[in-house]
Amino acid sequence: MNPRKTRQRSRPRRFFIRVYAMALKEWMHIVRDVRTLYFALGMPVVMLIAFGYAVSFDIDNVPTAVVDQDHSAQSRALVQHLFSGSTFRNAGSFERSDEVEAAFRRGDARLGLVIPKDYGRTLARGEPARVQLMVDAADNMTATSALSFAVRFGLERNNAMAWEVTGSRPWMLEARVRAMFNPGMRSALFLVPGLVSTIQAMMAVLLTALTVAREWERGTMEQLFATPVGRTEIVIGKLLPYFGVGMLQVLLILAAGTWLFGVPIRGPVVLVFAVSSLFLLATLGQGLLISVATKNQQVATQVAAVSSMLPSTLLSGFVMPIDNMPVPLQYLTRIIPSRYFVHSLRAIMLRDAPVAEILPDAAALLVFALVTVAISTLLFRRTVASVR
Amino acid sequence: MSAVIEVRDLTRRFGDFVAVKSVSFQVERGEVFGYLGANGAGKSTTIRVLCGLLSPSSGSAIVAGHDVAKAPESVRLAVGYMSQRFSLYPDLTALENLDFFGGAYRIPRKERLRRAEELLAAVGLEHGRDALVSSLPGGMRQRLALAGALLHKPAIVFLDEPTAGVDPSARRRFWRIIRGLAEEGTTVFVTTHYMDEAEYCGRVGLMVDGKLVALDTPSGLKREFVPGRLVLVRGSLLVLDAIRAVPGVWEAHAFGSGLHVRGDPTAMTDDLMRAALQGSGAIDVSIDPQVPTLEDVFLAVAGQPGSGG
Repeated sequence: MNPRKTRQRSRPRRFFIRVYAMALKEWMHIVRDVRTLYFALGMPVVMLIAFGYAVSFDIDNVPTAVVDQDHSAQSRALVQHLFSGSTFRNAGSFERSDEVEAAFRRGDARLGLVIPKDYGRTLARGEPARVQLMVDAADNMTATSALSFAVRFGLERNNAMAWEVTGSRPWMLEARVRAMFNPGMRSALFLVPGLVSTIQAMMAVLLTALTVAREWERGTMEQLFATPVGRTEIVIGKLLPYFGVGMLQVLLILAAGTWLFGVPIRGPVVLVFAVSSLFLLATLGQGLLISVATKNQQVATQVAAVSSMLPSTLLSGFVMPIDNMPVPLQYLTRIIPSRYFVHSLRAIMLRDAPVAEILPDAAALLVFALVTVAISTLLFRRTVASVR
Repeated sequence: MSAVIEVRDLTRRFGDFVAVKSVSFQVERGEVFGYLGANGAGKSTTIRVLCGLLSPSSGSAIVAGHDVAKAPESVRLAVGYMSQRFSLYPDLTALENLDFFGGAYRIPRKERLRRAEELLAAVGLEHGRDALVSSLPGGMRQRLALAGALLHKPAIVFLDEPTAGVDPSARRRFWRIIRGLAEEGTTVFVTTHYMDEAEYCGRVGLMVDGKLVALDTPSGLKREFVPGRLVLVRGSLLVLDAIRAVPGVWEAHAFGSGLHVRGDPTAMTDDLMRAALQGSGAIDVSIDPQVPTLEDVFLAVAGQPGSGG
C-alpha cells in the first residue's frame, strides 16, 4: 500500500465529512431550538417594521399653533395657505405668543406662527411685513426639517405676494431642486438599506457569539477536541448553517423593505446578495471571535450586543452621515463593517452604482471577515492549551 | 504482552502549580488500568495529556505508538475519551449524537450509522436511540457517552470518572461493559474515586498530590500497604484504647459499630484481644477476619503523604 497516495485521495473527502457532520449538528441545534429560529427569522421583520415606521425623518402633519393678532383678510389668507398642504396641521389658534410656548410645553404644538397686529396694513402700504416663526427645538431633528419647510413656505408666499403687488417677476434667481433617486425625499428609501445592515449585524453576531461559548459551558468542546476534528473544520462547520440563516434573513428583510416601504432595488439583485454575503461573513467572524474569546454565553451576549448594535447604528452612516463626524470617529468607522455595507447597499439599491464603486467596500468586508475568522481560529488553539 | 501506554517522568504544570509530578508507568494491551485519587490529585490532567488534549510540560508519553507531544492528532485517532463532565449534546437524540461524533472521527456516513446501531446495542440503549439525550437518565447517558468514545474502534479508551453520580446498579452494569471491552482486547484506562470500583481493575495506580505513589494489582497493594492481619471486632461497650494496648496490634479504629484492628499475624491472637476487651467491660465480643479493601490502602498511603511509590 502506498500511504502517500491514499492520503492524497482521501484528505479532502475526510475534511468534507467532518465539516458536513459539524454543520449538520449545528443546523440541528438551530432547528431544535424553536425559540432561536423564531428569533432569527421573526425578529428581523419585526425590527424592520418597528424601525421603518418609527425612525422616520419625514415631516408630515406638524402641529402648528397660530397667533393671529391682525385678524385681517391678508393674515387669514396666510394661515389658509399654511394649512393647505399636508405638512402643517392646525393645532389651535391663540391670542398671545406666550400661549404658543405653553402649547409647546403641553406637547400640543411643535411650530408656532405669530402674525402681528399691523400685518395687513403694512402689506397694503407695500412695505415688507414680518411674521414670527416659533419652533420647539427640543426635538432637533424634526425642528430643523419643520423649520426648513416653513422657511420655504415663507419664501413662496413672499414671491406670490410680490407678484400680486408689483406684477413683475418676483425673483431673479430660481434654484430648482430635483431630488435624484429619491424624488419624494422619503427617509424609508434611505433607512431600509441601513436597517438591513443593523439588523443583520445584530443577529449574526449574537447568534454566532453563543455557539462556541455554549460548547465550552456544556463541556462538549473538550469532547470535540478529543476527536481529530481540526479547528478549521469546527469554524467552517459552525459558520455554514448560520450563513444560511443569515442569507435567509437578508432575503426576508429585503422582501419586507420592498413590499412594505416600496424601497427599490435598482441595481442587480445578485450584487446585493454578493455584498450581503460578504457582510455576513464579516459579522459571523466578529461573533465567532467574541465567542472564542469569552467562552461564556452571558458575557458573549453582552459583548455581542454592544459591539454590533452601537457601531452599526451610530458609526455606519445609517443615521448620521460619516462626513459630519469628528475626524477621530471618521477613522474609527473604517473598522466597522456596517459602514461599508450601508454604503454599498445604498449605492446598489438606490443608484445602481457601477461595480467599480462597490469593489472597495467588498474588499474591506472581505478583509474584516478573513481577519476575524483567522484570529478566532488562532485563539481557538491557544485556549485549548489552558484547559484545566 | 506489550505496552500500549508508556509514560516516563511526565510532568504538567499550570503556572506555578504542578498538577502532575514526574509520573512514570506502563499499561499493557487489554488491561483495565485504574487511576485512583482524591479530587485534584492530577488524575484528569494525566488523562488529558495522554489523550493529546494537553501537552506535557516535560517527560514523555507514548500512547498507542504515538508521542503525545509530537503527534497528538494520531493519538486522538487511536484513543477514545470520555470526559469527566457529561459532554454530549442534550438537544440531539442518542443516535444523532453518535452520528455526529462518528462524522468527527471521519467515518463515512453509511458505516457510521451501522457502527452507531451496533454500539447502542452493545451498551443496551437500543430503545433510547431516538430519545433526546436531555430526557435520558444519568446511567443511560454515561453508557451513551461510552458508546461515543468507542465509535472509531480505538485501541485504548480513557474514562475520566465515568460513573460519577450514577446509581450503584447502573455502575455495576457499566463495569460489566468495561470488562467486556478489555476481554475483546481494548485497553481501558479509568479514573475513579470509588474504591470498590478500583477492585475491578487489573492494576491500580494511586495518585496523591500529583504524584503516583503506588502502583500494583489490588491484592499486591493490599499486601504492601495493609500488611498483617485485619479483623473486625464486634460487641457492646468496646474500648478502643484497650485493644490498642494488646501486644502485636499496630492499628485500631472505629468501623461502623465495631472496630477494625490490624496487627502482627502471629502475635495478635483472638484470645488476647478478647481478654483485653472483656477486661475493660465489653460484652458479646466477636472477632472475624477481614479482607482489606483498597480504601484501607488509600488511607494508609494518603495518610502519610510523600512516602511510598
